[in-house]
Amino acid sequence: MILPGSVKECVQALAEHGAAAKLVAGGTDLLPQLKNHLLKPGVVVDLSGVATLKKLTADKGLRIGAAVTARELERDGRLATGAYRGLAESGALVGSVQVRHLATVGGNICNAAPSADMIPPLLALDAEAVIAGPRGERRVPLRDFITGVRTTVLGADELLVELSVPDPGPHSGGAYLRHTPRRELDIAVVGVGSQVTLANGVCTKARIALAAVAPTPVHARAAERALEGQALTPQRIEEAAKLAVEAARPISDQRGSVEFRRHLVRVLTRRTLTTALARANGGQA
Amino acid sequence: MNVRKQAMTLTLNDELVEVLVKPYETLLDTLRETLGLTGPKEGCGTGDCGACTVHLDGKAVASCLVLALQARNRQVRTIEGLGTDDTLHPLQDAFVRHGVPQCGFCIPGVLMAAAALLAETPRPSDEEIRYGIAGNLCRCTGYTKMVTAIAEAAAAVPQGAR
Ligand SMILES: Cc1cc2nc3c(=O)[nH]c(=O)nc-3n(C[C@H](O)[C@H](O)[C@H](O)COP(=O)(O)OP(=O)(O)OC[C@H]3O[C@@H](n4cnc5c(N)ncnc54)[C@H](O)[C@@H]3O)c2cc1C
Repeated sequence: MILPGSVKECVQALAEHGAAAKLVAGGTDLLPQLKNHLLKPGVVVDLSGVATLKKLTADKGLRIGAAVTARELERDGRLATGAYRGLAESGALVGSVQVRHLATVGGNICNAAPSADMIPPLLALDAEAVIAGPRGERRVPLRDFITGVRTTVLGADELLVELSVPDPGPHSGGAYLRHTPRRELDIAVVGVGSQVTLANGVCTKARIALAAVAPTPVHARAAERALEGQALTPQRIEEAAKLAVEAARPISDQRGSVEFRRHLVRVLTRRTLTTALARANGGQA
Repeated sequence: MNVRKQAMTLTLNDELVEVLVKPYETLLDTLRETLGLTGPKEGCGTGDCGACTVHLDGKAVASCLVLALQARNRQVRTIEGLGTDDTLHPLQDAFVRHGVPQCGFCIPGVLMAAAALLAETPRPSDEEIRYGIAGNLCRCTGYTKMVTAIAEAAAAVPQGAR
């Protein structure tokens, strides 16, 4: 096991060991995979000693280190209201407290499960992934980062270092909801993250991101466009919720049927938009 | 996989300990198999049951999901370090008085989760207590007494104590 103390040392270790190396952050996805022998890395590179990856700065937008934990999103006072509240809500839903203290944002994104909870709010916030590799840093919009079920644009010699969230501006609100039979320790049947920004009573920007209804998290673009430039009345929100269903390409599995998932997209889109709107208006909902 | 052991130090129940670990051994295995602390239990081994809960730098974690080397130079507390040989922690005392343990397998994990909860939220509501131990599975389903005992202990723990 390699124990780098900086991003640079990490990049060096990846360059040296190539595809044989596997990064571990919180280990909550990796350890079960190791134990089930789904994965046999030549060498594991531990990110827990890299302090810079654990920083969360809020100054005209957010810079979230890849190793910031779900628990930190849940409890950070700077995310407790308005635009970032949906992100905090997604962190609060991951696993149990024992898992949230370990589970990192970067691990959630790089594991790239269709049901990952912390991805929709970050997509809805137009986050950008900051990637480090042997040729320096590159930035990729999060919406282009995940390429399929458990696959990303990351090369074997690269790591995710940070999520960069642009300033959503005043009068912005966000919300995340998922449906699970059990509140804790369950996997989303459907998850929806919504963000809205208002100016003079009109919606200037709307983002709706869906989890667990396609191979990757997806934006409901038609629904977003239907809201922008409009006053967000309950009717418009309901229309957008209907449009959001069209972005979903769900499968039927033991957690839910296609019909049920489509229904959930509509309900959760309506609820998250309604809550995001209230928060954009300064409400504590 | 490389099986050469690596040396590390950690502070375990307030004592500095040096230990040799295999690269991909879990903290739970190190605690139980090498250091002889069998309070933390392996239930599921995948972070779902909470029986292996210990404190890492004061925070409740599933030790079956932590690689031992990730605990290098950090503070680990297990159930063995919650009270002392002479004095039970108020949570342990309340669990004994309320007869909470049935089979007992989940209890070390529940106590560590509850202790971490009280450190963060000294006077939790019943709902906060239930969420605080929602990551701990009790196959005997003895949750009601747990909640009562934790609430009672919360009233007895002085503010700021672990
Ligand atoms: C009991 C339990 C319950 C769970 N519940 C939920 C839930 O409710 N919702 C949810 O979304 N997830 C859940 N998960 C999954 C998991 O906890 C999350 O996906 C978590 O965020 C993963 O982060 P990690 O730091 O533990 O990742 P790790 O296991 O350390 O890594 C995951 C993957 O990402 C790679 N990786 C990690 N960091 C980086 C980086 N900086 N750059 C490049 N690659 C990287 C690793 O190589 C690995 O392939 C649960 C897991 C468990 C065990």
